[in-house]
Amino acid sequence: MSYPVREITFSISPRRWKHIWAGFLSDKLAVLAFSIFVFYCLIAMAAPLIAPFDPYDTALIDLLNAEIAPSWISGDERFLLGTDAQGRDLLSAIVYGTRTSLSIGLLAVLMQASIGICLGLISGYFGGLLDTLLMRCADIQLSFSNILIAIVLLAAIQSIFGLAYYQDHAMIMLVFILGLAEWPIFARTVRASVLAEKQKEYVDAAYLMGISQIRIIFKHILPNTISPLFVIFTIQIANVIVAEAALSFLGLGMPISQPSLGSLISIGFDYLFSGIWWISVVPCAVLMLLILVINLLGDVLKNHLNPRHYKD
Amino acid sequence: MFVFLLRRLLQACIVMLIISLLSFVIQGNLGDPVRQMVGQSVTSEEVEKIRQEQGLNDSFFQQYGRYIKNALHGDFGESYFYKEPAFHVIMAKLPATIELTLAAIILTIVIAIPCGVFTAIRPKNLASHGIMFFSTIGLSTPIFITAILLLYVFSALLQWTPSFGRGETVSIMGLWESGFFSLDGLYHLILPSISLSFILAPLFIRLIRSEMLEIMESEYIKYAKAKGLSSARVYFIHALKNIMLPIITIGGIQIGNIIAYTILTETVFQWPGMGSLFIDSINRVDTPVISAYLMVVGVIFVFTNTLVDLVYGLFNPTVKLAVKDV
Repeated sequence: MSYPVREITFSISPRRWKHIWAGFLSDKLAVLAFSIFVFYCLIAMAAPLIAPFDPYDTALIDLLNAEIAPSWISGDERFLLGTDAQGRDLLSAIVYGTRTSLSIGLLAVLMQASIGICLGLISGYFGGLLDTLLMRCADIQLSFSNILIAIVLLAAIQSIFGLAYYQDHAMIMLVFILGLAEWPIFARTVRASVLAEKQKEYVDAAYLMGISQIRIIFKHILPNTISPLFVIFTIQIANVIVAEAALSFLGLGMPISQPSLGSLISIGFDYLFSGIWWISVVPCAVLMLLILVINLLGDVLKNHLNPRHYKD
Repeated sequence: MFVFLLRRLLQACIVMLIISLLSFVIQGNLGDPVRQMVGQSVTSEEVEKIRQEQGLNDSFFQQYGRYIKNALHGDFGESYFYKEPAFHVIMAKLPATIELTLAAIILTIVIAIPCGVFTAIRPKNLASHGIMFFSTIGLSTPIFITAILLLYVFSALLQWTPSFGRGETVSIMGLWESGFFSLDGLYHLILPSISLSFILAPLFIRLIRSEMLEIMESEYIKYAKAKGLSSARVYFIHALKNIMLPIITIGGIQIGNIIAYTILTETVFQWPGMGSLFIDSINRVDTPVISAYLMVVGVIFVFTNTLVDLVYGLFNPTVKLAVKDV
């Protein structure tokens, strides 16, 4: 026999969002950071429309155009930011590279978040041996840094499967490994909130209404644990992008044929001492700004979501 | 305390087990070793015989056990590239990495302690805002970008510093090649250690600052001030001494990061240490060296982490309470 059950779940109320949004708008630095971030995202999404050349199309690459300096030095109008050693337009490569880096960042963090949230919810709600085991794993994994884990795993994968196979699947592998590398951060935060939420009466009420545990976990408890995750989510995107760039720089990430910002820096690094600075320095600047902006956004979110930390 | 110790040691063993399995898989899984030994013109019966002799038909656990036994004797096989035992190759590069890390840590301490203390005791000062601004920049700049930009500005443009390698080294009792005792060696050390500390220092500045801010509120500091002690004594002896423990432990936990950072720095500056050797070996598919590196780094990592946790457990009684309810 089943009763019509009206479940009431609130996460962050609309009014609170309005409040956060107003606070955000009053913070000029935050608005600046946010607009730059949106700009990056737009460029990444519209890369095929914006980029003057297709960097994947080898027919457009001409060695005669190699190593042309940015247009304000060489006066060459065709290549705004100059070309790399293969004659590829640097602006297009950077636009596509931003697209690659941002996609890897977002996808890997989504993976981290989904693994972390699920395990955190289960671990916090059911407790017991499972909880102990999962949190031990989290401890151990957190004591390594994500870059170290990724370097070691990618090195292992490269030497087991071979370079050619790896380069064909580089993006999936990177997302997968960086996605696995830092789930514990999400899991721990979720678990801590679940432990607090579990004690509250609405959970008991839901249980007495005969709602299944899975439903309680995902429909009732989950929305109340979300808000601290926004900050982690934002900062993790920056961390993953840095990790990806570092891996690509070491030659363990994206191959040169599908450049991310890291692999562009790596290509240009070989030419740094021949006076051809732009191949490496321009992507460096693009990457630095992106990371700085995301970190700033994370700080802003932290201040507005936890009023306790406000005005540190 | 004993349970805590036991639990930490167990955890250390599990981590070592995972690392050793990984390096075993890397070493064992690359191609067919018998084909590499004998070439193509050998019958399959003979191949089978050699496989039997070399123990390649044994079970996974037997092979793994043999690998561990050899590893404990420092035998990881011969490097394909250097034609020397892989373990010796790694050990020959160890001093370079340790000296780089040491120099960076010294630099970090010299920068972070005064800056951290200053930002805590004069939070409104303009210089404090400057320091905090730089630490934000430092924290969000990936280490290899710092390294590349430093290299470009100071080596390529200004040509003040050398661009690669360790320079002249001095052999100490034939055991340790040191760059600390020659001017050229120190000269080469400048940029790599600065770029490492450029990312480590901000972390510690922030840490010292927040710990200091917290401890400045405590009664004993107020008492020391009221007693009329000089402020330098209060800040650097009374306060700093008490925040050293959390800072050392959090510093110890950074070891995983530091290892990753040395790999990146060494690659940029072509520093002849373990990190760049590791990356080179990956590119050369020199599996014995890769596997030996993983084991050596694994031991260093697990040892430091366990030590740090034990020190923390010994000196900080509250951690034992935390262990009980986990």
